Amino acid sequence: MYPTDAKYTKDHEWVRLDGGSARVGITDYAQKQLGDIVYLELPEVGRRFEKGDVFGTIESVKAVSELYCPVGGEVTEVNAALAQKPETVNTDPHQAWMIALKMANAADAGDLLDAEQYTELAK
Amino acid sequence: MTPDSPGSFQSRHIGPDRSARDEMLRAIGVPSLDALIDQTIPSAIRLAHPLALPPPESEAEYLRRLAGIAARNRVGRSYIGMGYYDCVTPSVILRNVFENPGWYTPYTPYQAEIAQGRLESLLNFQTMVEDLTGMPVATASLLDESTAAAEAMTMFHRLQPKKAPAGRESVFLVSSRTFPQTIDVLRGRAAPLDIRLQLVDPSSSFDMDGAFGLLLQYPDDHGAVEDLRPIVERAHAAGVMVAVATDLLALTLLAAPGEMGADAVVGNSQRFGVPLGYGGPHAGFFATRDAFVRQAPGRIIGVSIDAHGRRANRMALQTREQHIRREKATSNICTAQALLANIAAMYAVYHGPAGLRAIAERVHGLTHALETDLAARGIVQTNGTYFDTLRITGADAAPVRRAAEAAGVNFRYFPDGAIGISLDETTTPEDAAVIVEVFDAAGKRGPGQSKGAANRQAASFGALARTSPYLTHPVFNTHHSETQMMRYVKALERKDVGLDTSMIPLGSCTMKLNAATEMMPVSWPAFARMHPFAPRDQAEGYTQVFRELEAALCAITGLAAVSLQPNSGAQGEFAGLMTIRAYHHDRGDAQRDVVLIPASAHGTNPASATMAGMRVVVVACDAHGYIVLDDLRAKAQEHHDRLAALMVTYPSTYGVFEERIKDVCAVVHEHGGQVYMDGANMNAQVGLTSPAAIGADVCHLNLHKTFAIPHGGGGPGMGPIAVAAHLAPYLPGHPVVAVGGAKGIPAIAGAPWGSASILLISYGYIRMLGAPGMTDATRYAILNANYLKARLESHYEVLYANHNGRVAHEMIFDLRPFKHGSGPTVDEQDVAKRLMDYGFHAPTVSFPVPGTMMIEPTESEDRAELDRFAEALIAIRKEIQAVVDGRVDPANNVLKNAPHTAEEVSADEWPHSYSRSQAAYPLPFVRANKVWPAVARIDNPYGDRHLICACPPIEEYVEAGAADGVPGTFGAAIAARRMPKVPATRQG
Repeated sequence: MYPTDAKYTKDHEWVRLDGGSARVGITDYAQKQLGDIVYLELPEVGRRFEKGDVFGTIESVKAVSELYCPVGGEVTEVNAALAQKPETVNTDPHQAWMIALKMANAADAGDLLDAEQYTELAK
Repeated sequence: MTPDSPGSFQSRHIGPDRSARDEMLRAIGVPSLDALIDQTIPSAIRLAHPLALPPPESEAEYLRRLAGIAARNRVGRSYIGMGYYDCVTPSVILRNVFENPGWYTPYTPYQAEIAQGRLESLLNFQTMVEDLTGMPVATASLLDESTAAAEAMTMFHRLQPKKAPAGRESVFLVSSRTFPQTIDVLRGRAAPLDIRLQLVDPSSSFDMDGAFGLLLQYPDDHGAVEDLRPIVERAHAAGVMVAVATDLLALTLLAAPGEMGADAVVGNSQRFGVPLGYGGPHAGFFATRDAFVRQAPGRIIGVSIDAHGRRANRMALQTREQHIRREKATSNICTAQALLANIAAMYAVYHGPAGLRAIAERVHGLTHALETDLAARGIVQTNGTYFDTLRITGADAAPVRRAAEAAGVNFRYFPDGAIGISLDETTTPEDAAVIVEVFDAAGKRGPGQSKGAANRQAASFGALARTSPYLTHPVFNTHHSETQMMRYVKALERKDVGLDTSMIPLGSCTMKLNAATEMMPVSWPAFARMHPFAPRDQAEGYTQVFRELEAALCAITGLAAVSLQPNSGAQGEFAGLMTIRAYHHDRGDAQRDVVLIPASAHGTNPASATMAGMRVVVVACDAHGYIVLDDLRAKAQEHHDRLAALMVTYPSTYGVFEERIKDVCAVVHEHGGQVYMDGANMNAQVGLTSPAAIGADVCHLNLHKTFAIPHGGGGPGMGPIAVAAHLAPYLPGHPVVAVGGAKGIPAIAGAPWGSASILLISYGYIRMLGAPGMTDATRYAILNANYLKARLESHYEVLYANHNGRVAHEMIFDLRPFKHGSGPTVDEQDVAKRLMDYGFHAPTVSFPVPGTMMIEPTESEDRAELDRFAEALIAIRKEIQAVVDGRVDPANNVLKNAPHTAEEVSADEWPHSYSRSQAAYPLPFVRANKVWPAVARIDNPYGDRHLICACPPIEEYVEAGAADGVPGTFGAAIAARRMPKVPATRQG
């Protein structure tokens, strides 16, 4: 069972909502599919994204994948420490947040999956 | 004598003899080779007649006849320059690298543990380029200077801010003082990406507004050396990135472009000891800023550590490349110029910084002396500051040209009447005197007193003089005696596995024999020392070879015309797609921009389509790997008005002859599309079927696969394209030498016939095998593959075969059951690395299906070698079973610990439950030909997380030695130098 304090997308991102802010990372399933993560390309603070926009890329030794915004909004924080130690995504995926967003539209969260639904999807 | 009689070339090229053949057929369970072929290739596409080709020649006959052809080349003294300069290949390098199968037969170093030698040499190449250009990062060679410049343009284009103002045009500025062949290649690459190319006079205050990049040449096309700093500053202030095309030898004396602010630096490393070869092969280079490394094209060698914490080299950042990123790749480049990059690097190792500087000073001094001598005759040249090139104006070019050609001398003749003279390493004072005599004979007689000899001192470059050190690393300051150099080259060679060691069963790579007789003429001076822009009447020998080779390739493909220009399969794909694009545009069908590509295609196909400005639409494949015809029909219908082409590999990337290939091609033609056939698997077609027989309009031919050019450890290659008659008018042209179709697309490569000198290899292959020999080569390639299938299919599952149970020339074995079980697992990497302990290079892993391996034995392997390889895989299968059954430690076993180094096996401690001999000598035959991997399994994530793309400083070598057996120590030293990981952002 995936952590219940977060919501999930079909693209295997998790998002932890706190009032109007959202922290975003990728799930354990996603990191296992990618393998050893070697590089993260993350946006600058202040960039605005729509729900579903690409906000960065994640690279493993054998694959590369785009990172999608589960909700729209403005980037308020970027986890620079994670970009320096990208392997943390492998060792602790559900704590390894990548960006924090100030949500532009609360309705964006409406169709996110809950832990139970995502656990089913990631089977 | 029949073609396969003992002693014929065919009997040398093809592995199994008649008795082995019959035993192998019995093992497969077919009565005859004809029956096997009938069960493999659909009858609807079989050729009705033998190929119409000249009869096969013996090796002696071929060499005798070719010597006559060589004599028709008249190699003069060429002072044409334009990026190509005669040079001296040091004999120790000529014999031990250029002409040595230990260096020219290996594959691209994917299996890094048995490729440490050439990986180290390629790291030397990167370090050399970084030092001389003054840039922090260089890649391990590109195809040539012109395409390297195009790669810089497209990299800058990708690095543009994502959201450019609406309606803002993409403009790339190009100095009008850039080599014309580079400008032409840029034109071809810019058009499909909607980049507008704008030529600018670098001495004017041209407008940079709205441009994203600028290319300068230094020294420029005229040979003049100008300070780049003001223009680079102006460009950066305007948000324009700057690429500089340059000359490595000049940079030993001149300030480096990197020190003047360049964002990318490109060029040709040819004059570092690589023969001219009438245009190639040579190694182009590409260097850039740290921040752009993830956007850089082509292979990058990086430093990592192995399982014991020791330094180990590998290819880094492979996720940029087309085999992973497909249409989003940074470039479509796969094959580069590894062999030539290694020669250039060895040249720098042998001469060292002082030696290179001395060569450059001699060239520059002689140029200066020549200027003085000519000036004394009232002959003016216009380059204020120059390195090796004078540009003479005011002379009447016609009589000079007549006098020059009478004296066997080639100058460059500019369209405006100026005369260019570029000197090089081979130019002597006597040669310079002949140049002066040519002008005298042309009527430009002056006082007649030569003052040159007294005046051979180099002019000062002032603010443009190089002041920073270069090539300070010990590797460039150690191996200057021939004894030491020979040992260095050999020490590296011994770490690598090439075809001189054992079979290299890489699927889709066709690692067949590169026969010595095919190779030898490449270094004959009559072929090796010809400048690509020498007058055609001096190259009649080459012309004859091209004409015969083109005719043979037309006969083999069934198509109407050939362009020999593309330097690799990927470049051939781009050339072919651009030819198709030009055809559609010419017919008023410019909207046709959709390319259908089967899901099973090689990643290069979508990458090439993207480069050609086309949209990729993926067509589904079924469980057998066949194109789903209904899906193809639906997608062709959906894009009816916009369909440009289908790209299809045949036999498929799954190694099967699709029965319905003609239907597939017919669907595409019905909807107005063209069929592009990827020729990677041509080795299963020659003489039995053909691209024309299946319905293709265009194909490329990887001459380095099917037609015996060696892989060079990652290049050179050649990827000529063959086209049907309706596409012939659009074949690529060239701005300096008239080639190609009447409505030809711009040049695809810098040289008119690409890497001309290695075309001799394919020419020799075709002439010595002839139609019967090449057809037999195809039949035996299919025999060998089906024999391996018969030997191994009870041990591993074969993924795809046709309805008769036959594979083409290669097959895929499934390893996924061992990887995805619930208990202990073994994956494809474990098998690949374990094969090294048995003395073999791994097959292709995880292409075209992840978790599998694809095996292609080729016709050149004999039955004994096939049996050894099969026995190794059968023994490994038992080792796999022991792991998945839980009979051995799941983490500490003979597979997970593979490969085993000599140092490890002979160590005093042996902390494994299996024996040392099980590790190193698992089968009796291994004792006869033991391969010792130079390093243990390489840590790939470590290398990509701590990227280092240059020779590490000497302290780290010392530290690595001191850290004997202490894991991690050396890694810590590397980590201390970790590169800043800045996301790629725009400079300026």
